[in-house]
Amino acid sequence: MSVFEKFKHGLTKTRDFVAAQFNRLAAEFGHFDDDMLDELEMTLIQADCGITASMESIDAIREHIRNTGDDSHAGVIGALYETLSSMLTERKLTLERGKLTIYLMVGVNGTGKTTTSAKLAQRAKREQYRVMMAAADTFRAAAIDQLKVWGERTQTAVIAHDMGSDPAAVVFDAIQSAKARGTELLIVDTAGRLHTKKNLMDELAKIRRVIDREAPDAKLETLLVIDATTGQNGIIQARAFNDSVALTGIVITKLDGNAKGGVAIAVARETGLPLVLAGLGEGADDLQDFDRELFLKAILPEY
Amino acid sequence: MALFENLSSRLGRIADAMRGKSRVTEKDIKNMMREIRLALLEADVNYRVVKELTDEIGEKALGAEVLESLTPGQQVVKIVHESLIHILGEEEKLAVSPTGFTVFMLYGLQGTGKTTAAAKLGLHLKERGKRPMLVSVDVHRPAAQEQLRVLAEQAGVERYINPEEKSAAVIAQQGIERAKYMMCDTLIVDTAGRMTVDDELMRELKEVDDVVKPDERLLIVDAMIGQEAVAIAEAFDRQIGLDGFIMTKLDGDARGGAALSIRRMTGKPIKMVGTGEKLRDLEVFHPDRLASRILGMGDVLTLIEKASDAFDEKQAQKTMDRLKANTFTMQDMLEQLEQIQDMGSMKEMISMIPGMGQRMGNLEVDERGLIRTRAIIQSMTVRERENPKLLNASRRRRIAAGSGMTVQDVNRVVRQYDDMLKLMKQFGMLGGKKGRRKRLPFGSGFGF
Repeated sequence: MSVFEKFKHGLTKTRDFVAAQFNRLAAEFGHFDDDMLDELEMTLIQADCGITASMESIDAIREHIRNTGDDSHAGVIGALYETLSSMLTERKLTLERGKLTIYLMVGVNGTGKTTTSAKLAQRAKREQYRVMMAAADTFRAAAIDQLKVWGERTQTAVIAHDMGSDPAAVVFDAIQSAKARGTELLIVDTAGRLHTKKNLMDELAKIRRVIDREAPDAKLETLLVIDATTGQNGIIQARAFNDSVALTGIVITKLDGNAKGGVAIAVARETGLPLVLAGLGEGADDLQDFDRELFLKAILPEY
Repeated sequence: MALFENLSSRLGRIADAMRGKSRVTEKDIKNMMREIRLALLEADVNYRVVKELTDEIGEKALGAEVLESLTPGQQVVKIVHESLIHILGEEEKLAVSPTGFTVFMLYGLQGTGKTTAAAKLGLHLKERGKRPMLVSVDVHRPAAQEQLRVLAEQAGVERYINPEEKSAAVIAQQGIERAKYMMCDTLIVDTAGRMTVDDELMRELKEVDDVVKPDERLLIVDAMIGQEAVAIAEAFDRQIGLDGFIMTKLDGDARGGAALSIRRMTGKPIKMVGTGEKLRDLEVFHPDRLASRILGMGDVLTLIEKASDAFDEKQAQKTMDRLKANTFTMQDMLEQLEQIQDMGSMKEMISMIPGMGQRMGNLEVDERGLIRTRAIIQSMTVRERENPKLLNASRRRRIAAGSGMTVQDVNRVVRQYDDMLKLMKQFGMLGGKKGRRKRLPFGSGFGF
């Protein structure tokens, strides 16, 4: 399957949903008037794109119609595509041979940090990088075991302490070990935490400080993992994690599920952070670089 | 427009604009309905539900004396709040099977917190005199069964796992046999999650269902879920049949609008809510509180309950007694501090105060002040705590070194103690014969 097909496949439900709404509107009216635009706005909101992003998109379409007089199906989708596209930024994660890169995976509980870490390890392994994982989730029962199982499956070294130990200490050891072994990618899997818990956010900031101090030359990517089913709270999450550890990118997981994934747009619009990865399925190959164009093509009808 | 503004302030703004006008027009009402719609959508209430709700509320608002009221904004908020409570329904109890062996089965997508909810439910039932057993039939996620085992141990609840077995139905059957052998009266079945509601998942769940014949089929829903909540709940309800749901992660700041949508669209009740990372953090669901939360209007009742939970009455009485006897010591001050800390983080508490809610998101509360004060007192000897007059310069230097603070910090704590003593003496005198006042006289001098 090509990357586009993967996106398309993962987002089939969203695409069907948006396209169906569009086609229904187009069939009923043939061109777009105010009532239809209101409905279109609701379609975007239903895809979890968020109120601000949805309203802005509709305003842009209104503007387009006013300026060009083009209220056709294709014209409206084109304008919508342009607006949504301007809200999203993408960035590719890169590794450098012979140099240490660290991925710090953060997020609220249950978004898929451990699974994403494992998939990232597998991907880098396949490209012949020297990879290591650090089990810095010392809170959730059996999280360490889960990562170790993945470590065995992907033949990746896992640095772990006991449950309940200080995650910053795990990270410290992992960095020393990574330096000694000439590791090129160290993936730090942290415990899920609600962004409202100050002590847990402080703990994360401490991990970040340890990384900055112990591996000042390493390239650090601080990645927020967001579940595609998340609603508007995703925006608040992104802001809070950004404040605590200075994010460099967003990973959106479970895009193949029921969710329409509009939260990616909402978060990108509100924070300006780039989207770096998209989880499009349960298989290891289904973690892909986020592609703005493919993402939008996969959710909007053709025009 | 500020994002995540609560409904009161949204409507307040419109009401302000209306003030001074001789009549409130239908357009004003329409504006208000738009604000309500936005507030509910921001709370992740499903769009269809929002539409129905605003239509209903609009009618009620026109019918009621909103237009004549001096505070139309507040009137509308009241109508909305009442409508939400009405939809959310009553508190509902968990099922108990007449056969004496009750089976709970927990479903949900990946990462919603099924395993944690299972363990919390186990502890909840155990504390109410049941003998529950936990069984995990998750044969997919690595170490899922191990997670259940660890959590069950923490909760002190029986459990059965079989990581070698590949069939969920077989583990379920073994779980039942084990539970009966161990004389348990409740079985809690934790199932595998999926990213999506697919046929394969449903088939596996139905197989387990046939084996255990659950009395209570509960869907676990993450409070942070967006618009898709209804579709997911409907899919599970259609294919398996749900009896209710448990909403998890309500200790975050998600509004939890999904609860409203699911209740409305499936008609199934919310049975419990997860409110923290500890196993004890599973609570009975209160419709009025969730309604306030969805509207971003704080959660006063929870706040009050938390406060009364944390304040041990006996402790308070003891403090009063010591105070009257003029023997209030540093040790007492330390105990009071610990009680305040038990109430949870200050930020969490503040967020529950109506009107403070989302807008305080960026507020930095210095909780370290409390921790520092504690560290200083803990660095004192028992004698010093009993009799702070002993604290001469040399002792103060030692305490500063011991707690990692400066002598100035120590002086500050001693001064706080003196201030408190003075304040409390006044209180004590004022309290006079009544003497039983529960209010704790902690002052403003803690440096937070």
